Amino acid sequence: MIEIGFLKKENLQAFLKELASKYTVYAPFAEEDIVTFKPLAEGKDLCLDRPANLSPKAVIFPQCETLFKYSFSKKEDSPDKVDVKLEETMDFEDTVIFGARPCDAKGFTVYDRVYKDSDIPDPYYIGRREKTVIIGFACSSPSPGCFCVAVGGGPADKEGSDILITELLNGFVLEPVTEKGKALMQSSLIEDGKASLQEAQKKQEDIKQKVKNPFTKTGSPQISQKIFNEDEFWEKALSKCVSCAACTFLCPTCYCFNITDETRLKEGERIRSWDACMFFHFTLEASGHNPRPTKFHRFKNRVGHKFVYYPEKYNGVIACCGCGRCIRYCPVSVDISKVVDDLSETNAETNLTSNGGKA
Amino acid sequence: MKNPYLPELATITNIIDETPNIKSFHVVFNDPEKMKNFKFEPGQVGQLSVFGVGESTFVINSPPTRMEYLQFSVMKAGEVTNAIHELYVGDQIGVRAPLGNWFPYEKMKGKKILFIGGGIGLAPLRTLILFMLDNRKDYDDITILYGARTPPDLCYKDDLKDWESRSDVNLILTVDTEYPGWTKRTGFVPTVLNEIAPSPENTIAITCGPPIMIKFVLQNLVKLNFKDDQIITTLEKRMKCGIGICGRCNLGSKYVCKDGPVFSLEELKALPPEL
Repeated sequence: MIEIGFLKKENLQAFLKELASKYTVYAPFAEEDIVTFKPLAEGKDLCLDRPANLSPKAVIFPQCETLFKYSFSKKEDSPDKVDVKLEETMDFEDTVIFGARPCDAKGFTVYDRVYKDSDIPDPYYIGRREKTVIIGFACSSPSPGCFCVAVGGGPADKEGSDILITELLNGFVLEPVTEKGKALMQSSLIEDGKASLQEAQKKQEDIKQKVKNPFTKTGSPQISQKIFNEDEFWEKALSKCVSCAACTFLCPTCYCFNITDETRLKEGERIRSWDACMFFHFTLEASGHNPRPTKFHRFKNRVGHKFVYYPEKYNGVIACCGCGRCIRYCPVSVDISKVVDDLSETNAETNLTSNGGKA
Repeated sequence: MKNPYLPELATITNIIDETPNIKSFHVVFNDPEKMKNFKFEPGQVGQLSVFGVGESTFVINSPPTRMEYLQFSVMKAGEVTNAIHELYVGDQIGVRAPLGNWFPYEKMKGKKILFIGGGIGLAPLRTLILFMLDNRKDYDDITILYGARTPPDLCYKDDLKDWESRSDVNLILTVDTEYPGWTKRTGFVPTVLNEIAPSPENTIAITCGPPIMIKFVLQNLVKLNFKDDQIITTLEKRMKCGIGICGRCNLGSKYVCKDGPVFSLEELKALPPEL
């Protein structure tokens, strides 16, 4: 049994092909300039030199999914009445996510506490989560705006991955994290990698030093209750926001959703799809009343959820993995790390967060 | 694992026109076993589904002491409520219930109870009022202050008649302004609350109504020297999942659908002011 694996670069395609014979394999592919996770296909080149634009969260939490189907028919005994039938739809395939960045993998652990370890668990999430093996891929250089270390993660963090891969010049070092991961390493293409472990660890440590910490005063998010509750703070921090919600859709830890019905003639589906707390209609009530009526209220809720409310519920764990996507792709350059830095104060007594984001 | 998103099919057995825009629906699960074993607490809510239109949250406003059917009152406001209003007796409806927490009625035993409701906000209070009337000896004086825009907008007219005639209930009704034939009080609920000035001694106040009414009722109760833990309200928000995940109904770290809808003023004060 191999404890640490090594995969030669020239064997990567063959290894993925081998996986694809048993699993649906998702990996990062570039189309034009946009990198997203797609099912493995011949003739496409993997893109491992930078994090994907969109994390692989859709593999386990699809952008749209059917919760159940309903159908209508005439009631036999009273033809003026309609009979409704419901059909549960749960069909999940064995899946591998190859090349998730450690921030992406950590994103799933944020989901797990809400969808899996709750007293009312979500069978759709759990169904996919349990059938998915996550092969994490350590970053070899930080991307602009990323700050994983300051929120309790790291560019080679193992949390959330089943295997962690570190790229060296001539190949990849595979460190199994879970039993699921170990099982996946049973391949003739995986050699013993013990000899390369030290080099991999050194590389991991070097990259960790390069990740910037945006929390200049406090080192980690230390949100001051006083500033957090000042309306003027949010009005200033967010005056340029256009409420496009790109930040929430790209976020590996954002998990809000909508539920809608789609009907075609006599049958239809109840569908769950990604939604965003940055939209006005998200909390709009039928009466016209809106408890979060402005973008300031909504952004306060978004930052609050990640850095105050979620940590309050889950032992201080921050629901931000520091991937930096919301910063890189915001059309008006709202920087959540800067906002949290401005919210932070060293006076620990009145602070709402935190213990640095570690579980 | 139970699928929390899958509704239980039920049939509408009776429809009551409460006001020009509110109807009450009696709902019975199609599966008699499910109906027989269904348990809930006063104040808990359910999601009603009209398949093809969607789901909305309503309180179960019949008490657990009367289980022939579950009653939901629906005010016409948006898509789903309009679709529910178009249903007839015998039509199918989806139900996900019970959801959320409930009124702490055990802690209210032996106390004077003051209900303050406005419009459709009487619905959740009705569950607890009927539950308390069915366990009348457990509670001290029961006062109900209820208001609506006009007399036709008062909900549960049969119940109001019954409560008015009972010697063990003190019912105070008000409508916003003068109305032909109306001889009782006029004025907004928070104002009438000040006029009747109930004593906070050994009393629990429970309020529900439109957000603006709740806001001023809470303020006035505090002025009348009610302590924060003597004031209870039940909230309404836009909801989807009903199980504390989808992110719409949260007040800070609390989800109205799961951790609520019932909160004391003491609990509310610790949460962001996003009512």
